[in-house]
Parts: sequence; structure tokens; C-alpha cells
Amino acid sequence: MFDVLIIGSGIIGTTIARELSKYNANILVLEKENDVSCGTTKANSGIVHAGFDAVPGTLKAKFNVLGAKMFPELAKELEFPYKKNGAFVLSFTKEGLSNLEKLLERGKTNGVENLSIITGDEVRSIEPNVSTEVEYALYAKDSGIVSPYEMCIAFAENAVTNGVKFEFLKKVTNIIKNNDYLTVECEDGSKYDSKVVINCAGVYSDEINNYVSKEKYKITARKGEYCLLDKEFSYITKTTLFQLPTKMGKGILVAPSTHSNILVGPTALDIQDKDDTDTSYFGLKEAWDKALLTVPTLPKGGIITQFSGLRPHLDTDDYVIEFSKDVKGLYNCIGIESPGLASSPAIAIYVANEIKDYLNLSKKDNFISHRYAIKAIRNMNDAELIAAINENKDYGHVVCRCEVVSEAEIREAIRRNPGAKDLDGVKRRVRAGMGRCQMGFCTPKIMQILHEELNIPLEEITKKGDGSNLLEGRIKE
Amino acid sequence: MEKYNLVIVGGGPAGLAAAISAYDKGERNMIILEREPKLGGILNQCIHNGFGLHTFNEELTGPEYAQRYIDEVKKRNIKYLLNTTVINVSDKKEIKALSEDGLLNIEAKAIILSCGCRERPRGGINIAGARCAGIYSAGTAQKLVNIEGYMPGKEVVILGSGDIGLIMARRMIFEGAKVKAVVELMPYSSGLNRNIVQCLNDFNIPLMFSHTVVDIKGKKRVESVVIAEVDERLNPKMETCQEIKCDTLLLSVGLLPENELARGASVDLSRITRGAIVDDQLMTSIPGIFECGNVLHVHDLVDYVSEEAKEAGEKAYEYIYSSKDESYEKTLIKTENGVRYTVPELIIKNDDYNPLTLKLRVGNVYKKVKLEVSCDGDVIYSRMRPVVAPGEMEKIDLKSEQVEKLRKATEIKVYLRSQE
Amino acid sequence: MREFICINCPLGCQLKVDDSDLNNIKVTGNTCKRGERYGIDEVLNPKRMVTSSVVVLNGKENVVSVKTKEAIPKGLIFESLELLKNTKVEAPVNIGDIIIKNVLNTGVDFVATRNVERN
Repeated sequence: MFDVLIIGSGIIGTTIARELSKYNANILVLEKENDVSCGTTKANSGIVHAGFDAVPGTLKAKFNVLGAKMFPELAKELEFPYKKNGAFVLSFTKEGLSNLEKLLERGKTNGVENLSIITGDEVRSIEPNVSTEVEYALYAKDSGIVSPYEMCIAFAENAVTNGVKFEFLKKVTNIIKNNDYLTVECEDGSKYDSKVVINCAGVYSDEINNYVSKEKYKITARKGEYCLLDKEFSYITKTTLFQLPTKMGKGILVAPSTHSNILVGPTALDIQDKDDTDTSYFGLKEAWDKALLTVPTLPKGGIITQFSGLRPHLDTDDYVIEFSKDVKGLYNCIGIESPGLASSPAIAIYVANEIKDYLNLSKKDNFISHRYAIKAIRNMNDAELIAAINENKDYGHVVCRCEVVSEAEIREAIRRNPGAKDLDGVKRRVRAGMGRCQMGFCTPKIMQILHEELNIPLEEITKKGDGSNLLEGRIKE
Repeated sequence: MEKYNLVIVGGGPAGLAAAISAYDKGERNMIILEREPKLGGILNQCIHNGFGLHTFNEELTGPEYAQRYIDEVKKRNIKYLLNTTVINVSDKKEIKALSEDGLLNIEAKAIILSCGCRERPRGGINIAGARCAGIYSAGTAQKLVNIEGYMPGKEVVILGSGDIGLIMARRMIFEGAKVKAVVELMPYSSGLNRNIVQCLNDFNIPLMFSHTVVDIKGKKRVESVVIAEVDERLNPKMETCQEIKCDTLLLSVGLLPENELARGASVDLSRITRGAIVDDQLMTSIPGIFECGNVLHVHDLVDYVSEEAKEAGEKAYEYIYSSKDESYEKTLIKTENGVRYTVPELIIKNDDYNPLTLKLRVGNVYKKVKLEVSCDGDVIYSRMRPVVAPGEMEKIDLKSEQVEKLRKATEIKVYLRSQE
Repeated sequence: MREFICINCPLGCQLKVDDSDLNNIKVTGNTCKRGERYGIDEVLNPKRMVTSSVVVLNGKENVVSVKTKEAIPKGLIFESLELLKNTKVEAPVNIGDIIIKNVLNTGVDFVATRNVERN
């Protein structure tokens, strides 16, 4: 019997798991994929929104503003990439000024600090590549960027350090009500009993709830497509560039990533298949064409990859974060879409508090709050490099030349818990393959390391779990 | 801080040839830094024949061609380090390299960058669709098959008709795979004609010009690709879409110089080649830093790489032992009317009238044209070409009297003149 | 009259081969002697060099690359590749080592094109 069972290991599941690991409780996280951060969390804009956008009084507004303020401290504690880089909301017309003023007021109401409205020229004095068509902008100095998957991995690792158990490839197919606990059934036939079940299943959070509750929800998967530019073009902007939402819909952003790539997107298209993260010819074109309004000189040749992610959207346009009204012990986190990433740390504290009271949990006295990131050679000075290679020669072997990632980092990514099990898992943890050649050179080398560390045949190495095998067998067979 | 007169970054065909020629000029204080566990670079995985006809007058495979140069390097006892990755080159000619033995800081009098090129990835051509396993650049697949001995797939579609793509079509067939089609965006191939004949035609593999991949399908592994014809502006005509079942998509959609080290050293780069802008000594905008081989501009033939690298080795030697305060004015070669770029791009205004070769590429297929060089309006070179194509590098060999005119000119143009 | 693209070197000359008299085949469009030979062969007995690899035992690498020392009849390509499937060589292997002698009675050997050290 578990005290708490969390379904889903995206940013919501992992931040809650880590927050609850501060208490004396037996906690299990079930994940349908083979790694954390495989859904919405891995494919979004990575923006820590300041909080001026959400409608005052909503949970979105409340948790966004609270959550965003926690990032600087958390990024230090758990060593994940975060930067307060500021954001502009750009108006391409003089008339847009009144809308910017409304946003400013909304922000103030929500409790966002450091907001101001500046002219197009002032924008361009900070970001010279911004279109001359821009007349005014709302400047949110406290807006930030984060590496969402690295953040999620950091929370998961720290949760494990503090006793949380993770089980992967556990797709939940049913939940059964008992007197004072719930039974969670998985596709592989395994069953888990828990006093509390927290539903953090992202685009599937409606289905998880609907298995057992009479109060039904309907999540719409809203796809967003992105293009990512080579670091070479990091000069394009240091500040996040939003477009003022118009009646044509929410605009496309141009923003730096925490690793100095430039991100362009997302589009917004409601889709049926909740596993469909394909990009499309027209989606990518739309993202690009609209981004050109913000930065007319965006170099198309600078694109190194494209991706898309799904937002779990509820028609009510706000989050559901509460105990189920009819299922004792079921706690729902449904519809956590943007600004979900920014909100996540605040949501975690709120949820953990509710669970603590419900289960009457006591605080641990041996909670380990700090998590160390994997040492990266690209961030080391000469003395650190010498010391690192001295201690472990694998630091001297550069495997990914584009992002300068050593063999030692890749091995550690696999050895950590939860560790990387495939190429994409390695990539998210240490950036090997994230660069301009997109794993052209390092694929065979990383496969070899995975083969050695996981002790499985090369033919069984995958890109992203079962079925995504990279090889068809040996030659001459 | 270790000190060398000459540091050669990259021990592939360019680096090896440069080292040998610098040695033969008299340089003894030099080192080659190679990131892989073997010298020879990408040639080691190019096991097909067709190398060395110019250099050795016989037809060799890639590893054989490389070995000839490796043997020469070893014969001369030229120092080299393997498994050593240069992570930074500064404009002061300081080099930072990593290996299992630690951090290597080197100060050099001259540096030759010969670190080759990389393949343009899927993202670089904006192919939409699933992000599943089974999509490889042709060179990655080549390494998996030829070096590791593994098959990346059984039913293959190849996008791009660059030489590696064509070679890999045949290679996959030889290992029992099916190659369903080679799809080329342009109305012509960027690969060599001989490869179309012996890699595609011999095996009845369809080569579809003016087509591209518009969608990739598959949840975990590629299940099919959707291809469409493109219009004159290279935009796909969606009504022409057709789906081809396959488990693998290989990309042979262009090579890009690995210019990161050059950029780190603040070397001026060409927007066209993406390699350095070099003068006729193959020297970059940073005095003492030279480039040769595919890091400078992508070549069709390794023989030409060796030739260029030999020159770079000699010029680097001359630089090391010259009085370095001489600096000359340089004239930028203007390329017009179909000529995309020349290497070198800058001509030094001095009185060295030794013969000189300009290399260039054109932007399209042109028939019956004259390839011309003019100096201040006077045509100093003109050669009839029945056909020129982007896939084939052109060379202009200039004799002493032509070089004299070139060096004295204030305006140099290289262009195609139509004969229609 | 038949047309071929010569594959001997990267020039890829466009050959015109007059094969109206098989005892006196005339090749035009070639720039060298090898081109003429290719044109004639392509009519009478098209040949190709075969490059592939074989599995290595106890080597630092899994496979070693091989080639037919000279071109063999085009029709024998796949049969010759079958031979390679059933061949395994013991490291060390050196460039030029004969891997399969007299491939399919052509008089041509498969030879190694890379050095593979013993593990």
C-alpha cells in the first residue's frame, strides 16, 4: 500500500513528487513512457511567464505569479538551467497600445512586478533585430526561460534521492475505488494500491479521472509546432519576443533557449490523436512566416530541427487542481497548459499541502534539498577540466562535438536514477545530439555507450523506447 | 603551454597531405590533432572505389587512399595525437584540446584547419512529419554499415542525390536492403554522373528529380514517407503527393564546412561556402591561420582536397619562416552570372607570378558557356564548357602572365558567358 | 548506336558507341583510352568493381572492407556478394590480403582494403 501514487512524470508529477518527498510517506510515480519528461514537458517554449497574461482570479494567474517567483531559488537548489531574460509583448500598430495597457493593468492586478510600456525604438535599442514595424511593447523584466526537460529531470532525481519510487512503461488503464484506498491498474497487468492517487497525466488527465469519477472532463490536445535555430544565431534576441494577441489568434514567439538556441513557435491546432506530435508542412510554415513579422531577418538556413508539443486544454480555460468531489483519495491536476511550467513549483507546494493535511503526514528531518547537475565540460575552466580528466579520463573524450559533451557525462546520464535509457534520454540530460549536426556524428558512439552501460545488444538500442530501434541487425546476415 | 611551429587540426585527407608537404618543405616542429581513434578521417568509411585516379593514377577505395597518406606521415615520423578534440582556437593562435590524457594548451606559429565538413541534418531542410527512429544522414548510415557492421534499415528511401546518397543506395542494396527511390529536389543531381550510372541505373533504382519529402510517417520507427513534386520555386505541389512504404529515410542533402573553430578564432567566413574567406595563400583573415579541404569548401574529389592541402602545407611553412611584417593589399574576386563562389576569394597584390588555380562552383546547370576571368574589364581567361553543373567543381589554371595581370588588377571578375 | 556515361573517373564522359559491327566497335566522346575500353566492355561484357565488407573475428573492428581487385562481370555482382556473406576472416588483416581467391572463376580476387588490428 502506497500513501501517494502519482500518475505521470511530467513537470507537474515530478515537482509534486519532490515536494511530497519532504514528508514521511511512501510515494510511487507511474509513467507510461520509459523516462520522465516525455510528453508536454519536453516540447514547449520553456518560458517562465511573468504572469500578466492570465485572467485575474483564475488558478492560472495565481499559480503563475507565485511559481515564477520561485524559479531563481529552485534553479540554484536543483541546478537546472534558468535565466531571467525579460520579455516584450510587441504591438505592430499604434492602436495596440491600449491592449498593451490592458495587459499591464492585468499584470499589476495579478501581482506582477517590473512591468512597463516602451516604444518601438526603445525595444530596438535593446533588441536591434526586432522589426521596425513594432510601435510599442509591454516590457516584463521578470519573465524568464528554463530548460523544461532538464528541470523535470532535476526534480525527478531529487525525488528519488529522497525516497520516491519511479516505475516506467506503466500505462494506467483503470482505477478502482475501494473503501479507503484506490487500486490503479496498468496495461501490463500490474496493480498498485494507494491511499491517494494524484492525476498528473497531462493530455490524458481527463481519461485518468474519467476511469473512476462521475464528474467527467474533456481535454483537447492543442498542438504547437516549433523551429529551433543554431546557437550561431543567438544574437537574434536575448529577450523573449511575444506578439500582442490579435483577433487572428495568439501570436508566435521568438525566444532564446537557455542553451542559446533561438526558438520559433508555437502554432495552435486542436487535434484528435493525443500521441500525434508530428510536425506538418503547413504548421512549420505558419510558425516561420508569423515569426518573420517579429524578426524579418530570421535566417531559414539556421534551422537545425523542428518539433511539436501538445497542450492539455480544458474548455473552461483554467486549471483543475483539487480533490475529486466523488472519488475519495483521487486528486486531480487537469488542464495544466501554459503557463503550467511557470506555475508548477507553486502548484506542487499547494498540492503537497493538501495531501499532507489529508494523510496527516509529518515532515522528514533528513530531506536532502540539493541536487547536483551532471558536470559539463563545456562549462569548465582550464583548472576544472584538468581536475575532471584527472579524476575520470572519460571527461577528456569528446563524443558530441557540436555541444562539446564528454563520454563521462553520457555515462553518468545513463547511470543516474532515473537514468537515460535511449538516445533521446541522453540528449535531454546532457545535450549530446542537440547541436547543429543533430546526432549525425555521435549516434554510433552514443549507441555504443548505451550498449555498454545498459548491457543490452546494439540492435536493442532505441531512439525513444520500445519499437524505435535504430538498427535492423548486423550486416552479412 | 606547449609550443609548435605548425598545428594541423584534423588528420583526414586534408590534414595528412598538409602535414606531409610542410614536412617536405623542411618543417619538423609540428603536430596533427585528430579527434577519432584513427587517422584518415571520413575516408575510412568510404569503402567504395573511385579515389586516387588523379593522385596515384589508379583507382583506390577510401581506406586505401587514406593509408597511402598515413604511411607517408609515419615514414616521416610526423607527430600526431589521436582521440584528441580541439575545442577552441583563438585569434592569437592558441589551441585548446582535450584527450584522455588531459587538457592540452598549445601556442602555434601557424595553424592549418583541416577538420572537414558535416552533413546537413533533417532540420536543415525543414522536413515535416514524425520524429521517429529510422531517419539518418547518409554518412551516419555509411558509418553504421561500413565501420560498425550494422544495418540501419531494410526498406530505404533516399532524399538527395549527393554522392554519399548515391553510394549508400548501392551499399544498402549490396547488404540486402531494398532502395525504393532516390528523391532529388532539384531538376539535376548534385552527385557525379558515374555514380548515378553505377549506383542507381545498374540496380534500376528510380531517381526522381524535382521531388521532395513532405511528410514522414511512423510512431516509433519510420513507416512511410510522403513525397511530392515541386514547382519552379521548389515549393511542393501537394496534389502530387504519393506515399512510399519504407522503414528508413537517408538524407544526402548537402555538406557544410565545420567552421566552428574558425568562427571561434574570429576568422571571416564566406556566406556562400560557409568556410573561411582565404587569399591565394589559403590564409584566412587571421594571419597564420590557414584552411584547406572540406572545411574550406566542399570538394567533389578527395584528390582535389589532397592537392589543396599540399599547397596549404607549403604556404604555412613559408609563413612560419617569412618576415611576418609584410602585409599586402588584397583584391576581392567578384563572382557574377552563374558563378557562386571562388576559392581563393582574395588575390594578394604582390609580385609572385607563379601559376595559380582558382576553384569555383556554379549555381545551376548551364550548357555551352564560356568560363571567363576579367581584370579591370580585360578578359584574361576564357574557356568553353559544354556543360557546367553545381555538383562539379570547376578549376581555372592560370599561367604566370595571367597571374601577373590578376595581381595588378583593381577589379577581378569571374563569370559565365552564354554562347547561345 | 548506344550511349553510356563512362564510370572510370569523375569526368563521366558521355560515350557514343557504334556497335553495328561487334568486331569493330567504335567509341566516341571519350577523353582517354580507358573510356574507349569501357565503351567496348559495356557492349560486350559490362564489368563492375565490387566493394563491400566481411566480418572480422578477434579484430579491433567488427568488419573489414574489401574490393574485387579488378572489375568483374556485372551479372556476377550479387553472386559474389553471397560469397562474402559466408566468409569470416581472422584479424589481423592488412590492405591487399586476399579474402577470397578467384571469385566465381573470374580470375579476380576479393582483397582487403583496410587494416584491422588484432584485439
